[in-house]
Amino acid sequence: MVSTLTRSERQAAIGVSVLVAICGLAFAALGRHDVLEIHGFLILAFGLLCAFAVINGYYEPEPTDERLASYYDAPIKAGIALSMAWAVFALFIGVWVASLLAWPNLTFDQAWASFGRLRPVHTTGIIFGFGGNALIATSFHVMQRTSRARMPDQFSAWFVLIGFNLFCLLSVTGYLVGVTQSKEYAEAEWYADIWLVIVWVTYFILYVRTIARRKEPHIYVANWYFLAFILVVAILHIVNNIAVPVSLGHAKSYPVWSGVQDAMVQWWYGHNAVAFFLTAGFLGMLYYYLPVRAQRPIFSYRLSILSFWGITFFYMWAGSHHLHYTALPHWVQTLGMTFSVMLLVPSWASAGNALLTLNGAWHRVRDDATLRFMMVAAVFYGLSTFEGSFMAIRPVNSLSHYTDWTVGHVHAGALGWVALITFGSFYTLVPSLWKRERMYSPALVEVHFWLALAGTLVYIFAMWNSGVIQGLMWRTYTEEGTLAYSFIDSLVAMYPYYIARTLGGLLFFVGAIIGSYNIWMTVRAVPLAADRGSDIPDSSAVAVAGE
Amino acid sequence: MDIDHDTLVFFSKSWGLFYLLAFAICVLAYTFWPSNKKRFNKAKKSILDPEDKPWQ
Ligand code: HEM
Repeated sequence: MVSTLTRSERQAAIGVSVLVAICGLAFAALGRHDVLEIHGFLILAFGLLCAFAVINGYYEPEPTDERLASYYDAPIKAGIALSMAWAVFALFIGVWVASLLAWPNLTFDQAWASFGRLRPVHTTGIIFGFGGNALIATSFHVMQRTSRARMPDQFSAWFVLIGFNLFCLLSVTGYLVGVTQSKEYAEAEWYADIWLVIVWVTYFILYVRTIARRKEPHIYVANWYFLAFILVVAILHIVNNIAVPVSLGHAKSYPVWSGVQDAMVQWWYGHNAVAFFLTAGFLGMLYYYLPVRAQRPIFSYRLSILSFWGITFFYMWAGSHHLHYTALPHWVQTLGMTFSVMLLVPSWASAGNALLTLNGAWHRVRDDATLRFMMVAAVFYGLSTFEGSFMAIRPVNSLSHYTDWTVGHVHAGALGWVALITFGSFYTLVPSLWKRERMYSPALVEVHFWLALAGTLVYIFAMWNSGVIQGLMWRTYTEEGTLAYSFIDSLVAMYPYYIARTLGGLLFFVGAIIGSYNIWMTVRAVPLAADRGSDIPDSSAVAVAGE
Repeated sequence: MDIDHDTLVFFSKSWGLFYLLAFAICVLAYTFWPSNKKRFNKAKKSILDPEDKPWQ
């Protein structure tokens, strides 16, 4: 890794690492009467570790100018590895929290292992650790390939990747010791949030700089999705996390927003986190890796542009459907509901575009589990957006809100769509990145596919049943007009579903372990295939660039 | 000037609507502009090119 950095980049890396370490030391000193102390030392250790890693390789020979004739793939490879490691970790925690709901004793009387602390470890680990690293890795790949340009330097990409993982580490360790600002999917406290802003702005600048160097005149649509993801997440993150810390020596902060405005800002953030973190970036993956794997151009490029603008502009207004029947003004709720229903159009346009791309190649889908991962992901994308638009309708939401139905919906999206498209993309990307003929074991890809699909189906059917039963039990009245069931009655009714859900999660978790093993063995074992790319620069490039 | 709830509601129901309509027209025009057709067709085929080296 260090050997691919130039001398001055190595110096910059050491400088930044030392700076991070000094900040950590300062936090440890200022926060010595607070949990902040723990994070201070963690940041210190992280900074020192990075500095030592670079110093260790400092005198390795510098990379030659030959590097400029190829894409810079080292951070992409690291990103894939980190993503899979987070997946295994966070899915394990997911299975644990699922078990906790069926068998509460599994907290073992430890504060850190209580449901309230482990749950955000699971969500953050999956969304940011698994999803975020996957997005960073694939976006680095797609932006270079579709621009036909190498990224401008070697340092920025590492800063983004490693810095982002420091953020994930701070978040997850923080929840375990009780540090949280209690905003869903934005639980990390102010110092981690500020760090993420620095990392994220660097990410955006790196992306734009690469695009600016492009040799291909048209910016392929996948890049639009990735850029929307990066830009909007920056805006959301900053606005939702504006807060005032108690003091520089305190982990705790208070948001500047209050009351119903705070709720609205939070769910404007929350829903657009779904839209731009969990959808736009993954659509970028879909629009690149699915055509590449199928070796067929996307069915309609125009449709992909229309759905891009539809998704970006409708999603922005949909957040208030999370706050139906609250103190939020009625017209704002109605606005969110309307836009949510309209969202179905661009969402299905994308899902349909993906499936129509495969039309005529169904035999390939049958034979190739990797392509099947992406095909099923598109189906689940269509399914969960249909469900979401439906649940956003106020009277429907009165049944689904607070119940496991929401959890079922989330996982149709997160397992069925986000995770499956990621696995499909990784199985496409890994052999090409490491210049292997194919994955180590196609049979294991097949096994992973069926485990993932079975796990997802068991999970969402359990939660749909459970959610609807729960919702109905809470609104069933006796003839005297009192509630027919107590809350405990509904809990007892949930019990079998919670066990089923744990089982579904376990299948998915085992699948991810097998996937990681397969990727690991591909990197380790299979001998080099013939060079996949040609060495001759494309002469048509010059003519095209002047177009 | 006092910006109250009604002002904002009025603004979003009128100008908000027009701005979205105008925006939609721009997007549709760009997407279906005849001279863009060639470029889009090239873009969607270009990613299938197996060459894996940056253009110099
Ligand atoms: C057209 C698209 C979509 C719409 C209109 C939509 C709508 C909704 C609605 C109405 C809820 C329930 C809110 C509540 O009652 O509290 C919800 C929850 C949720 N959805 Fe979606 N959804 C869409 C797509 C997706 C996708 C593709 C994903 C995942 C990748 C997703 C992830 C989530 C998550 C994580 C929650 C839970 C939020 C919470 O913690 O309360 N949604 N969505």
